[in-house]
Amino acid sequence: MSFGGEITIAYLIAGVLFIRSLSGLSKQSTAQGGNVSGMLGMALAIVVTAIVWVGHHTEIPPVGVSLLLGAIVIGGGIGAVLAKRVEMTGMPELVAILHSFVGLAAVFVGLGSYVEGSDHTGAELVVHLVEIWVGVAVGAVTFTGSVVAWGKLRGSISGKPLLLPGRHVLNAMVALSIIGLAVPFATAEGDTGLTWVLVMTGLAGLLGVHLVMAIGGADMPVVVSLLNSYSGWAAAAAGFVLVNDALIVTGALVGSSGAILSIVMCRAMNRSILNVVFGGFGTEGGTPAASTAAAPQGEVRELKADEVADKLKSAKSVIIVPGYGMAVARAQQAVHDLTRALKERGVKVRFAIHPVAGRLPGHMNVLLAEAGVPYDLVLEMEEINEDFATTDVVLVIGANDIVNPGALDDASSPIYGMPVLEVWKSALVVVLKRGMAAGYAGVENPLFFHERTRMLFGDAKKSMDALVAAAKS
Amino acid sequence: MAATPDSVKKLVELGLELVIERGAGLASGFDDASYEKAGASIGDRAAALGADVVIHVRPPTAADIAAMKAGAINVSHVYPERHPELPELFAKQKVTALALERVPRVTRAQKMDVLSSMANLAGYRAIVEAAECYQGFFSKQVTAAGSTPPARVLVIGAGVAGLAAVGAARALGAEVRAFDTRAAAREQVESLGATFLEVQIEEKGEGQGGYAKVMSKEFIEAEMALFRAQAAEVNVIVTTALVPGTKAPTLVPRDVVDALPPGSIVVDLAAEQGGNCELTKPDEIVLHPLPGGGHVSIIGFTDLQSRMASTASRLFAGNLVHLLTEMGAKTGLRVDLENDVVRPALLTHDGEVLPPPPKKEPSPAKDAPKAAAAQVQIKLAPSSVRPPAAKESEPSKETTKSSHGHGASAGGQTGMMGRVGGLVLASVLLAVGHFAPSEFLEHFTVFVLACFVGWQVIWSVTPALHTPLMSVTNAVSGIIIVGGMLEIGPDLGLATWLGTAAVLFAAINVAGGFLVTQRMLRMFRRD
Repeated sequence: MSFGGEITIAYLIAGVLFIRSLSGLSKQSTAQGGNVSGMLGMALAIVVTAIVWVGHHTEIPPVGVSLLLGAIVIGGGIGAVLAKRVEMTGMPELVAILHSFVGLAAVFVGLGSYVEGSDHTGAELVVHLVEIWVGVAVGAVTFTGSVVAWGKLRGSISGKPLLLPGRHVLNAMVALSIIGLAVPFATAEGDTGLTWVLVMTGLAGLLGVHLVMAIGGADMPVVVSLLNSYSGWAAAAAGFVLVNDALIVTGALVGSSGAILSIVMCRAMNRSILNVVFGGFGTEGGTPAASTAAAPQGEVRELKADEVADKLKSAKSVIIVPGYGMAVARAQQAVHDLTRALKERGVKVRFAIHPVAGRLPGHMNVLLAEAGVPYDLVLEMEEINEDFATTDVVLVIGANDIVNPGALDDASSPIYGMPVLEVWKSALVVVLKRGMAAGYAGVENPLFFHERTRMLFGDAKKSMDALVAAAKS
Repeated sequence: MAATPDSVKKLVELGLELVIERGAGLASGFDDASYEKAGASIGDRAAALGADVVIHVRPPTAADIAAMKAGAINVSHVYPERHPELPELFAKQKVTALALERVPRVTRAQKMDVLSSMANLAGYRAIVEAAECYQGFFSKQVTAAGSTPPARVLVIGAGVAGLAAVGAARALGAEVRAFDTRAAAREQVESLGATFLEVQIEEKGEGQGGYAKVMSKEFIEAEMALFRAQAAEVNVIVTTALVPGTKAPTLVPRDVVDALPPGSIVVDLAAEQGGNCELTKPDEIVLHPLPGGGHVSIIGFTDLQSRMASTASRLFAGNLVHLLTEMGAKTGLRVDLENDVVRPALLTHDGEVLPPPPKKEPSPAKDAPKAAAAQVQIKLAPSSVRPPAAKESEPSKETTKSSHGHGASAGGQTGMMGRVGGLVLASVLLAVGHFAPSEFLEHFTVFVLACFVGWQVIWSVTPALHTPLMSVTNAVSGIIIVGGMLEIGPDLGLATWLGTAAVLFAAINVAGGFLVTQRMLRMFRRD
């Protein structure tokens, strides 16, 4: 039995549901509904595919069914456990590893499709083989790249960029051989092309590893977004292989989504995608500009936690700028407690989020939401940058490069031109920091020496706890 | 007074032993007992002068120096220009002398800059003294009996003292205008809510190290004309043009004073060095009769800081704590000839009078707006020499220009690249259209349209939800599960196993992605 037309419509509905799902995420109020749409779309697509699958076979094969159900139940179970267990600070790692699964699945689907053989001939066969080739290559790059990104985010692989000599040549050679190997693959008789495709998978995997190894920790938001995009393209390529519009549409959606996120991140750093992927800071010199000679001079003035608390209590308006340091120290709960204590005293407290704060686009928003900070207090850079001039106290928690005034006025700074939160325009800036180390960009920050800046040294969590205690008293 | 109980406490914490001269703090409101409580001991003047390090405010007398022991360090104001004999006396006694007024005005040394601290006090106090003499409201008043206009205050020189005066006058509600030869002062003056006056002559006033430079004769004439015109409008003039060591420039000559309205006040912060106003007499209020009747009060107090003795001592003592810390109070005080803060302030060391160190102050172009330590220095000597500052600013302009140019050409390049890329893409697409089978093209159409739909939809996503967006796309891209499902066949071939593995991993994505998104979205709540 066959329901050709009905199935196409069902996939179309699934595609529409996915689009609704993503558009629902445009605002907080519709986001949950969007997620539900996504689930419905997925359920529909799976059920329809199950019907198609049954339709393919004259009788329902018991081995296939048990494998299918087993894989879905086990995979779903693992996914559910991951989703339940993951801490919000660990979201970047989860997202990265899920990308790698998509990449891996795309590799399997591509290989499986080749092994299965095809009844195409002539140009159709060539197109089919090229589709497999592209799907497997993109999938492999996504898989290994995401695994390396995951390792870097977890800290099990050093966040420092690994810059091999002649790496651009290396990348170009690998890329060319991936393209070149397609020729013997496409012309191979029967399934003898399997060797070629496996060699190519290995090469693409190495390319993924090498590409992501060369990228520094601070650029991880871009890389994760980029891999997000790749995972979409991998799915779309699989869709072409299997002639399945639901996969093509969904892959294209995800691919565009990741691409846009990468663009947003790059704009927020005033860099191009190419610069992030192939560049890194200070590549001309071969080393990251960690210790620029023109280190800003000046004095660093310290305040104690109780003094900061006094300033906060007597302020009318306070803006908190969280950075990755807050996530590392897990200080978000204390930040929320402080917000509450200050609001009870009638202080207007808001949060300013830089697009690249944290290790994932929107990471800070999730962390603050988890701690219980209402999202209407959490503003984007464009929304709040004007307000610093009329703010009494700005609390910078574990952020560095995103509040560096050098990005605006120092043409020699590696981050020159990057839009930053202009915290120094406020009456007082208090920077919570472990020590005087430079940020991930390896750039000195003149903010710390600014006349209206005070430092509160120490672990962000402990400093925040002390602030909360002092603010409540 | 060079120490307060607070500063004593800090110095004791740094490991120093302190002897305070009996009764030294009384004028500043600190009695001996409070010093003792802070950890210092009280001794007579001889005991205090006999210490390893002697700190005080005013320049010491010859007798004081004679009472110091060889190898001691003296930290105080010295003013060798006014007391030329002092360096010799220090050298003879083998006393290392640090002149506080010579601490360089670099950003790092701001916390040790006594001159800035004192100038700040003087500027503030100048307005307080003016307000005492002035017979009207400073702020605009609207009363049932009629309204009065605000006092108009002109501050000449917007250095530390000038800015403090501007701030104090603004706080009292006066209408304030300020003049400075340095363009960098404009921003500071305007940030305090005052009007910045300027002379219609193109000349930059920035000199090295945040000081004003010597201006040309034409400029000074224009400046005088400006002051004369202003005098007819203002009620209070505060002048702050101090040149350390030499006579202060005359900025308010008799005819400017005569142009002031009756009852006006001139406060001359340079009274000790001859005054910026021709009619100033040090430590007096001169009542200058106006040709048209009435009079102008010219305040020439030289002790404005002492009129705020307690606060002055606190700031001074704070500066000294920082200076002593810089000199290594924690690890044993010593004089480091390499230290770029200490060395310029050193007059004598090891029995020798030291020559002033070579000047290597950075150009103030960038520091000036931030460094509040800028004090105005105006010399009236006409000079045709254009100082380097003006030249220095030119190349920087050029670099900005060239970088703009670069940006523009880069933009042009990307535009070109975009057009070329578009052409290449279009021809590739046409080639694909020519050779590819029609089935592929149908799917390709779907693919391209889906890309555009995605592009449109995703841009509207609020950045706050980018993490949930990523996790939901994780889940959605788990749609590849469909591909895996279709490959599972009836027999246990390789394709089946590959398909099963694909389904397994994709299922992790589907379940994990949707559930974690749900979890995250539940956290977002409104206030």
